[in-house]
Amino acid sequence: MMKSHVSTLMIAGLLTATSAVAEEKPVLTVHTYDSFASEWGPGPAVEKGFEATCGCDLKYVTAGDGAALLSRVIMEGGRTKADVVLGLDMNLMAQAAESGLFTDHGLGDVKYTMPVAWDDPVFVPFDWGYFAFVYDKTKVKDVPTDFKALAASPLKIIIEDPRSSTPGLGLLLWVKSAYGAGAAQIWKDLADNIVTVTPGWSEAYGLFLKGEADMVLSYTTSPAYHLIAEKDDTKAAAPFTEGHYLQVEVAAKVASAREGDLADRFLAYVTSPEFQAVIPETNWMYPAITPASGLPDGFQSLVAPAKALVYPAGEAKKIRDEALGEWQAALGR
Amino acid sequence: MASRARPLRPGVWGVGGGWVAAAALLLLTLGTTAAVLWRAGAAPLPGAADWVAVRFTVMQAAASAAISAALAIPVARALARRSFPGRGLLISLMGAPFLLPGIVAVIGILHVFGRSGWISQLLGRFGLPPLEIYGPVGVVLAHVFFNLPLAVRLILQGWRDIPAERFRLAASLGFRSRDINRLLEWPMLRAILPGVVLAIFLICLTSFVVALTLGGGPRATTVELAIYQAFRFDFDPGHAAMLGVVQFALCLGATLVALWVTAPTGFGAGLDRPLRVWAASGPLARLVDAAILAAAAAFLLAPLLAVLLAGLPALTRIPASLGQAALRSVVMAGLSASMTLGLTLALAHAALSRGLAGRLAEAAGMLTLAASPLVMGTGLFLLLYPIMDPTSAALPVTVVVNAAMAVPFSLRVLLPSLREVDADYGRLSESLGIRGWTRLRLVTLPRLRRPIGFAAGLAAALAMGDLGVIALFGNPDQPTLPLEVFRLMGAYRTEAAAAGAVLLLALSFGLFWICDTWGRNADA
Repeated sequence: MMKSHVSTLMIAGLLTATSAVAEEKPVLTVHTYDSFASEWGPGPAVEKGFEATCGCDLKYVTAGDGAALLSRVIMEGGRTKADVVLGLDMNLMAQAAESGLFTDHGLGDVKYTMPVAWDDPVFVPFDWGYFAFVYDKTKVKDVPTDFKALAASPLKIIIEDPRSSTPGLGLLLWVKSAYGAGAAQIWKDLADNIVTVTPGWSEAYGLFLKGEADMVLSYTTSPAYHLIAEKDDTKAAAPFTEGHYLQVEVAAKVASAREGDLADRFLAYVTSPEFQAVIPETNWMYPAITPASGLPDGFQSLVAPAKALVYPAGEAKKIRDEALGEWQAALGR
Repeated sequence: MASRARPLRPGVWGVGGGWVAAAALLLLTLGTTAAVLWRAGAAPLPGAADWVAVRFTVMQAAASAAISAALAIPVARALARRSFPGRGLLISLMGAPFLLPGIVAVIGILHVFGRSGWISQLLGRFGLPPLEIYGPVGVVLAHVFFNLPLAVRLILQGWRDIPAERFRLAASLGFRSRDINRLLEWPMLRAILPGVVLAIFLICLTSFVVALTLGGGPRATTVELAIYQAFRFDFDPGHAAMLGVVQFALCLGATLVALWVTAPTGFGAGLDRPLRVWAASGPLARLVDAAILAAAAAFLLAPLLAVLLAGLPALTRIPASLGQAALRSVVMAGLSASMTLGLTLALAHAALSRGLAGRLAEAAGMLTLAASPLVMGTGLFLLLYPIMDPTSAALPVTVVVNAAMAVPFSLRVLLPSLREVDADYGRLSESLGIRGWTRLRLVTLPRLRRPIGFAAGLAAALAMGDLGVIALFGNPDQPTLPLEVFRLMGAYRTEAAAAGAVLLLALSFGLFWICDTWGRNADA
């Protein structure tokens, strides 16, 4: 009897959500992508920091990645329980704005330290990074300095699919913004360098670390992880003279937010030094506002692209369909 | 319940229960697709690019299914007619690839067959270039790796279902192996193979991570990827749902073809004795069988060994949260497997009815295989959202979906054996008035112990390893083990992820082994 009771309780405990939240406190619901909220992401520190001052309970609800996140919020529509959505990027902003689900942040003038000027009334940037090809310094000696050199080299690369992954889409727009009408030719020339196209970043990076290719599409900040967390300085990002495509990740307040005031306070917290200081060593991206204490050791050694490439949010949406067509035509044979 | 069941068919799991199970599966598959369509409000017809994806999907699935089944026949035959120490363990171990989560299996395969894999390293010693498996070859190789074990087990089951007396008779009549082929083995294969090919075809139909990662680029665009694109790139759920419908249509077509070419065996009843190794053939045949088994074992076990070797170094530094996630996953797998068995037994009994009704029940059982996990998850989300918070329902929903996803496999395992039992003992039981629950307990279940153990093991292990819909429902505080492993990979923690994969592999296999061994102990 006892035994079966214990196991029933255990199953019940494992299967029901932890509903034992603080009694009277208001709950701020933040929809974000999974790796932000995971044990190894910024989520836990951000939750602790904000809860210390807000007198509220911060609750994360997660989706796989930025695109899945927006997809979910659009599905939920006006009935969404989200107060804040955190983790969209510039390529999703136009779609997000079109949905009419988000409202102005009203933060006033914030001094961002990003390679692009920012004055969007709805979306608050919280971190940014450059896409780049990452390689192993001990293995690749002849490092290409642009896409043409990469295409002409015998180097093997792994990229992500633009249809299912954020970096994949970033690369598509990177090549398009650097070469315009010549993008299709670059893809044709790159075809014999591409070992494979993976559904997401995790698969691509995992295969690269296993040695399946010389380079992988990732971020300029990726080597910082290996340097800081693993004391391994063999990984580096290759600087390209065309410039590097920029990814800016943003948060926004949901128009139908039940906890509107808390949502406003949270967005203000997002731009605070406390939040920003958490970003580099948990999300492995650059903070949108460099904290007064500076960046952690290891970030200084990263390549700093001479030129930032980026399409304005509205334009990216129009261009990506054309760019995807070129990409499919060049690699599809 | 028993009193209301029809007398001619087993009672408690009888027609009523079968239709309830079928309805539940229809709701999960067609119902969720309809929910997505309804929410989208518009359903654009598939375009030219979609048909290219359909063609690639069907081609790779057909090739994978045909090759897996063809290779499985000699392996199953060798296993059926040889006995050697460690045979049971080998049969169990060879099933392990099927239980692996997609990305773990892909990495295991690449450890062996990849550009920097074992074989490429060996080739490099002789100055040869590395293997290039990316492309259609890689996709089929990976699918065969995944599905060969399932095919072997299903076909082996077919050999076991031939009564031992038939082989004894064959031996005393001086049959040569060609005669045994023609009169015993071929009819058995005619009955078993269509279902095996169908199951593997349908598994490969919804392949996503494997097909894309090893496919080498947009040439390898499957329907499932097109569904991803519709949801995540174009924000067009109506298009996604239509593609889901296309997948169901493919599933239905394939199922009808399979049912049409399936021929019942009619070996009649034996004395229910354990199968003995018969007709001691010559040394050459022994040698051939040994070579076949060695090759199959090497092909299937080398990637597993690679996964183990990659993960072992970090096993001691496994993050504590993985332990909790593992416990949660084991409990969920147990619940899922029980639910799968219930659903399958009910459905299998309904599938015994003659004519269209039985076939529909069987087809309903195959439907979840063709369901796009993404469409199903999104549809469930839409259906649940007005009623409850999907986030707090994440774990129960994952249990139910995983249970449904395993039904096609357990149905393939249980149904042929149940048909034999029904054909051989049905009339006797009827004449003795053994019906309903009593019949299930005394006649049916004891004879199904072996397939039930296998089916339960499969269901539990599949539930254990599947990322499932949990990522869509998004409760970050209660991750399952596969989700934790995937998160580690996404957080640069490749070594910890490799260790997590070993834990996952060990637990999946452990669950499978416990159930399967219980079943295989049926005949001493």
